[in-house]
Amino acid sequence: MPSRMYVQVMVTYDEQGQATPQQLTLRGKTYRVDRLLERLQAVATKTGGQGMRYTLRIGSSQAYLFQDDQDRWFVEEKGNVR
Amino acid sequence: MRRTILHCDCNNFYATVEGVFDHSLKGKPVIVCGDPQLRHGIVLAKSYAAKACGIVTGEAIWQAKQKCPNLILVAADLRRYLGFSRKMREISRRYTSQVEPFGLDENWLDVTWHALSGEEIAAELRKAAKEELGITISVGVSFNKIFAKIGSEIRRPDATTLITQENFREKIWPLPAEDLLFVGRATKHRLNELGLYSIGDIANSQLGLLRGALGKNGETLWHNARGEDQEPVLQMDEADDVKSIGNSTTPPHDIASQEEAKAIIYLLSDSVAARLRAHHMNCRTVSVWMRDTELKSFERQCRLSLNSDIADEIAQAALDLFDQSYPWHLPLRSLGVRGSDLKDSQYNVQLPLWSDPRRVKTQCFEQTLDAIRQRYGHTCVQRGLLLCDRALTGINPVDDHALQPLAAMHGRG
Repeated sequence: MPSRMYVQVMVTYDEQGQATPQQLTLRGKTYRVDRLLERLQAVATKTGGQGMRYTLRIGSSQAYLFQDDQDRWFVEEKGNVR
Repeated sequence: MRRTILHCDCNNFYATVEGVFDHSLKGKPVIVCGDPQLRHGIVLAKSYAAKACGIVTGEAIWQAKQKCPNLILVAADLRRYLGFSRKMREISRRYTSQVEPFGLDENWLDVTWHALSGEEIAAELRKAAKEELGITISVGVSFNKIFAKIGSEIRRPDATTLITQENFREKIWPLPAEDLLFVGRATKHRLNELGLYSIGDIANSQLGLLRGALGKNGETLWHNARGEDQEPVLQMDEADDVKSIGNSTTPPHDIASQEEAKAIIYLLSDSVAARLRAHHMNCRTVSVWMRDTELKSFERQCRLSLNSDIADEIAQAALDLFDQSYPWHLPLRSLGVRGSDLKDSQYNVQLPLWSDPRRVKTQCFEQTLDAIRQRYGHTCVQRGLLLCDRALTGINPVDDHALQPLAAMHGRG
């Protein structure tokens, strides 16, 4: 059963207050975000949960990163970020 | 110009939102309920599977469990529902600024001037609700608010119902009279006495008959049943206008003595006054709402001699009203205090000819209390009166208050 993995994220905010994740730390390993592809409200369909969903390019893979209403960040399951 | 009005109803709102966060609840009989220890143990919302077992909103948890032994109970999380409600309104605002909420889970939209048709917008709203929030909505599309609301209840979940000038006689008129907005139990009973059972019966009756039996409300019902409702969809900022500020509470045990009632009235008045001050408002009318242990409730109101945001004045008025109107034939289950007839407290204040310096002092004192409470929490300063009953000191009416849908308080017609 996939579960929500809460992660540590480094974020920059622009003048309009728009957040852009720069890097995230999952199980002690830090991943640099190469590109933000999309930012929209969405449901975490695999694990449950809802919030702002950031589609990220990290190296050659693509990953979803969610920011919930309490400003916590999570990814959907283990192996989501490689 | 024929209007295009949408009514969006979030299906089984609380239960569906809980399902978004916990997938294991999907398809199972789930109820969202209050805390039984605090005697808020009633069914607030139910999933479709729970509904199929015959569980109804408002019944006690033990009754629901009898109907469905494998029922899953989820504690209500109002903050979460408020967040989803706000997000649903934000989605609606992509199409129009005229979005009028009706409770947390319903919204009217006026999309008359949008390039897309009502049905197309309804389809987009349903898609967005599903993809972005994970909830389903049913949408009624019509030419007035009343029929749009009925339309959203005809097919659910996740469906659009179109009610037009051409088809409303076939779709709306056969429905029972109580499906019409503002037909409650008493009005339904009165209508049935007149031999009116369906919405069509109301529409085809004589206007004079309804006016005679139900007064101005009867007239409004007659027009509404005939599709002649002209009520505009309010702008979001209009709907945000506060009409009254009130708090009520059901304490952990029944209120059986004058002392206890007094303590609760002071507790509620403190909160009402603090919220008035936070909105820079003061009130001219104070109301007390009482509900006895047989769940019969009623409200009494009076006017203050001066507009006030002072807890002591509001509490004293509420207490006098309470003394005059409650005969103590039964203990009380709940009590409420409300300030209405609100005026801006910063501008255009009517000053009395001889002002009472003590009043200004009390005002300053209460403002200081607000500042302390904001910093250290609501319960850090309390009235000695509340110490007579430790169960009362845990109640925080400021954070427990519920929102009233504006339209429900709007005089209709």
